[in-house]
Amino acid sequence: MRDISFMAATLEALSEEMAKNPRIFVMGEGIGQRGGNFKTTHGLYDIYGPERLCDTPICERGFVGMAAGAAMTGTRPVIDFMFSDFVLDAVGEIINQIAKMQYMSSGRLKMPVLLRGCIGIGHSAATHHSGNYYPMYGHFPGLRVVVPSSAADAKGLMKTALNCDDPVIFLEHKEILSIKGPVPDGEHFVEFGKARIVREGTQVTVVALAHMVHKVHQAATKLAEEGISVELIDPRTVSPLDSDTILQSVHKTGRLLIVDEAFAPYGFGAEVAARVADQGFDDLDAPIRRLNGAFAPTPYSPPLEAAIVPNVELITQAIRDLLDE
Amino acid sequence: MNTLPRETVLALYRQMQVIRQCEEQLARSHQRGLIHGACHTYVGEEAIATGVCAHLGHKDVVFSTHRGHGHALAKGVPPRELIAELFGRSTGCSLGRGGSMHLFSPAVGMMGTSGIVGPCILQAAGAGYSFKLLKTDQVAVAFFGDGAANNAAFHEGLNMASIWKLPVLFVCENNQFATEVPSSYASGNPAIAIRGVSYGLPGIEVDGNDVLAVYDVAGEAIRRARSGGGATLIECKTYRTRAHAEGMGDFTYRTREDVEEWKKKDPIAQFRANSEAQNTASAEDFAAVDAEVQAEVAAAMKFAEESPWPEGVTATKHVYCEV
Repeated sequence: MRDISFMAATLEALSEEMAKNPRIFVMGEGIGQRGGNFKTTHGLYDIYGPERLCDTPICERGFVGMAAGAAMTGTRPVIDFMFSDFVLDAVGEIINQIAKMQYMSSGRLKMPVLLRGCIGIGHSAATHHSGNYYPMYGHFPGLRVVVPSSAADAKGLMKTALNCDDPVIFLEHKEILSIKGPVPDGEHFVEFGKARIVREGTQVTVVALAHMVHKVHQAATKLAEEGISVELIDPRTVSPLDSDTILQSVHKTGRLLIVDEAFAPYGFGAEVAARVADQGFDDLDAPIRRLNGAFAPTPYSPPLEAAIVPNVELITQAIRDLLDE
Repeated sequence: MNTLPRETVLALYRQMQVIRQCEEQLARSHQRGLIHGACHTYVGEEAIATGVCAHLGHKDVVFSTHRGHGHALAKGVPPRELIAELFGRSTGCSLGRGGSMHLFSPAVGMMGTSGIVGPCILQAAGAGYSFKLLKTDQVAVAFFGDGAANNAAFHEGLNMASIWKLPVLFVCENNQFATEVPSSYASGNPAIAIRGVSYGLPGIEVDGNDVLAVYDVAGEAIRRARSGGGATLIECKTYRTRAHAEGMGDFTYRTREDVEEWKKKDPIAQFRANSEAQNTASAEDFAAVDAEVQAEVAAAMKFAEESPWPEGVTATKHVYCEV
């Protein structure tokens, strides 16, 4: 076990799997010699060369569409789209082709495509470099949607993604890329659809993803000093979603808050809330609450940007309010 | 002058007849209510799929469009699997999940028709990328219409196929209408073959109703692709002589006279007449093929009508891979 960053952990995963499987290749803008905008392919070009580290023109729809054809014919493309906002140009290819291909072909074609890139609000990246989008992908059958929060999970989930025959949307919050954490030595896999209990608690269940896991953890640490016990659950994958772990936690605590940087309407929190209302209604001692990013595009100016994202104070308050219900 | 051996001439003729007779049966079946969704026929365009696919093996792959019955048949999907699919039966080539616009048979290299215009171009380029990476001599073909040539996928796909010298054929079937919008209206420059130059690719225009012309041009392009010479754009000038889809009106955007003029250029009748005139095959040879095809398509119809329906409980199978 050693401490490495989220970014280094995914690079390790990709590098290990590329060494094992010559059918893996990466496509994206600046992922060749440059090594990726977020160092996602740092050093790999020198080992694997330009065909497996393929720099593309700026045509997201084009190279995502190509990934479908490549996966259908025996290779395993990794699409490194840098920012998740950029790949919106390719959503037709993702949803109409990649997500539906196994179904359309009645299981005769596999779709081992990994689509990865950054999400998340921060550093005044403004509205074309800050989107979250996982609720949208989670809506569609055929996709696996991964949103890790720690270095160890990032590595283990990426290794699973690189061995999965379903298309995987792997979303990396850019505000946590340099956060270091312990990562097991050697082979490390994390199964899709298995939540992680980040901290155990007894009074309230909080479900969060990516950057929000870190913020809730800070809030919970602060509240623990006052004797408030928070159980923090990171589902790690939005699709499949591990309802069981959340339901077990709510069975214990009786209270549920979902903290989500993405928009509230039709969102991740709505889905978690609906599942708990359906299957855990009798366990609830209070209404289910959601704390979301504001329903607005992401502004540039620091005070504006800060105003639209749940912060530690708001999270702390939301937990206190829920305990008062 | 046609110098092909008699067997090749008859094989090309047979393939075109299989497509034509299947399409005519499907059109009739649509009127009888046996086809449950859309049905876009390939009548009048048979020479293109036939001339191109004659050069392909099962390991080569085809990505097609919404007007894809002809591509599926020419790539090796048996008529009975095509007809059963349009009838929604479990014996169809997509096991009843697809219908006319989602025909899949990966075992013979038929990688799907598509209800969306454009993606086939990108998927063929992606397959080409696989073949390059895996160092095989396989070739990928995208069939698409003049409508797709005005879609961004055309620009992006041809450009990438060019920079990476991918083993791909981009076969544009210019039947002059994107659904019912004339290509002459929808294109700043209606010439499509010449657009290859913009991407550094050979772009060749050919009479899409002349199976031998298509066969020659495609043969050369496929040899070039297999030997590492990269992609080719082929524009086949053609015309569909039935409506955009079965059951649609046809004369708000073109005239009966236009259609009758093009029927005189029927690819099957022309090829047969020329071959007979040049003595490469006889009237008896063609009549024998006609009878054979008629029997095959009749048997396919019977097979489809007698085939079982898929079970409703299987409707959510294959959303994800099964391990």
